[in-house]
Amino acid sequence: MAMTTCEKILAKNSGRASVSPGDIVVADVDLLMINEITGPLAERAFEDMGFDKVWNPEKVVAVLDHAIPAVDVRSASVMKKMREFARTHSVKNFYGVGGEGGIAHQLLVEKGLVGPGMLVAGADSHTCTAGAVSALGIGVGSTEAAAILATGKLWFRVPETVKIEVTGHLRPPVMAKDLILSIIGSVRADGATYKAIEYCGEAVSKISIDGRMTIANMSVEMGAKTGIVKTDEATISYLEKTGRSLTLLESDPDARYDKTLQFDASDLEPKIAAPFQADNVMEVGKVEGIEIDQAFLGSCTNGRMEDLRAAANIMCRRRVHPHVRFIVIPASMKIYREALREGILETLLSAGAVISNPTCGPCLGMSQGVLAADEVCVSSSNRNFVGRMGDKTSRVYLASPTTVAASAVAGKITDPRRMWS
Amino acid sequence: MELNNVSGRALRYGDNVNTDVIIPAKYLNTTDIATLAEHAMEPLDPEFRRKVSTCNILVVGRNFGCGSSREHAAMVLKAAGIQAILAESYARIFFRNAINQGIPAFEIRGLSSDVDQGDLLELDLNLWKLRNLTKAITIELSRLPDFLMDILASGGLVNYLKKRRTW
Repeated sequence: MAMTTCEKILAKNSGRASVSPGDIVVADVDLLMINEITGPLAERAFEDMGFDKVWNPEKVVAVLDHAIPAVDVRSASVMKKMREFARTHSVKNFYGVGGEGGIAHQLLVEKGLVGPGMLVAGADSHTCTAGAVSALGIGVGSTEAAAILATGKLWFRVPETVKIEVTGHLRPPVMAKDLILSIIGSVRADGATYKAIEYCGEAVSKISIDGRMTIANMSVEMGAKTGIVKTDEATISYLEKTGRSLTLLESDPDARYDKTLQFDASDLEPKIAAPFQADNVMEVGKVEGIEIDQAFLGSCTNGRMEDLRAAANIMCRRRVHPHVRFIVIPASMKIYREALREGILETLLSAGAVISNPTCGPCLGMSQGVLAADEVCVSSSNRNFVGRMGDKTSRVYLASPTTVAASAVAGKITDPRRMWS
Repeated sequence: MELNNVSGRALRYGDNVNTDVIIPAKYLNTTDIATLAEHAMEPLDPEFRRKVSTCNILVVGRNFGCGSSREHAAMVLKAAGIQAILAESYARIFFRNAINQGIPAFEIRGLSSDVDQGDLLELDLNLWKLRNLTKAITIELSRLPDFLMDILASGGLVNYLKKRRTW
């Protein structure tokens, strides 16, 4: 029977010849990720279930990333418990402060821990980022993570797949972020609930793995269970570098899709999501001139080399506006080192930015850039809910790294085409 | 296995209530759910805690629980006294978290026009009906898969796996 990539992975991992949307299957999980927010609850549930042995420590990745280094005694205690759990259960894929650490979704891809054909469960909603390298990345809760720690399996409802085909090509400084914001604006916040999204087309094939991670990452902002980018030469060459072996599970040409949506990248203008929903998307031009207090470049959505390079292009020979804090957070220590070697961090620092260690921190108002009452932030992250980055009266506009950088310079929301060279 | 029916008054909120407003991330430096429950729904409704004491059935609009996967969201609602959640639709991870916490969670299209704040409701989980006693309306519920009903009847996924040891 013809199947989509998502259906093939769920069939393979549940030992079935085929599956159809709506089927409920119990599937083997190839990799489980937990972090310091969701992990401790999973550990407690694992113990409450009466288990004492992790099914396969090699297949568990434990990451401290949400607010690191610890910001207070409570969070330090939570992280201490995570470290102890990892040690007790011989979880070698443990990433903490410094070293090879960083934001979990970045690490899974960057370290070659995920690849095509894998079923990846993560106790974090942005686990769908793994779809950039054609893995089936699915966000789960903590009790589900505990069930996986105990049994290596979880139940899944086989989702319908929505195909999103993008023609043309992005014209810099328009970035992958502008494309996914545009898609979210059209599909809406619950337009793909419970569904898998498959991204393909000429424009997608020209987007780097960095950009594909941005796209796959925000699939959940449409309610999707996962977002998978079609495997191609770029995927294969990236995976060769990370040492991940390849299991190609392509959608059959006659696979059934819930629907197919067409987008064109060529005429795309810089986009922005105004408060308080990621689907409140408009052209940057429509809100240009709104004064900002903070600009944030980072997060699992946009803290990669391509993002930092694009910001440096704008910051070169320019200064951060005196009323603005420009907070830059590379998504991993590897990216941090690479950006240092390339001179990007120097460009950004000279312009007046502050560079923080890799962490999710400001994206969810936990550390390194929390907003006060009535403050406005232009952010390269993924959510702008009420109070997401701090006080409930603060306002977050989601945009691309180039829009964030241009706005940091101008002190107000600015179309990056005015400063791109 | 039979499930206990739930009755009580409706506590109404709108569409797209996300997990950041159900429990803000700034409080997630602890796993003590009783402490966290003091902040449940804080950015959305500072009166939530007081209201729950008389209105124990959450009745919400579309895409309830969207955003972060934090299970703390389902846990704090339960700890605050919410005994069932009725929504026009749920975000996927929240729905699973609610069932895994043993909270009856049903999707009912068109619900918003049939229930107002404070209406007296009776959720019959054996006959699959929701009765709005205030408005004298009965709404048929679509059945959840047996598998999920077993998890609910166990009181959540922890107890389910504790008893069965496997899926």
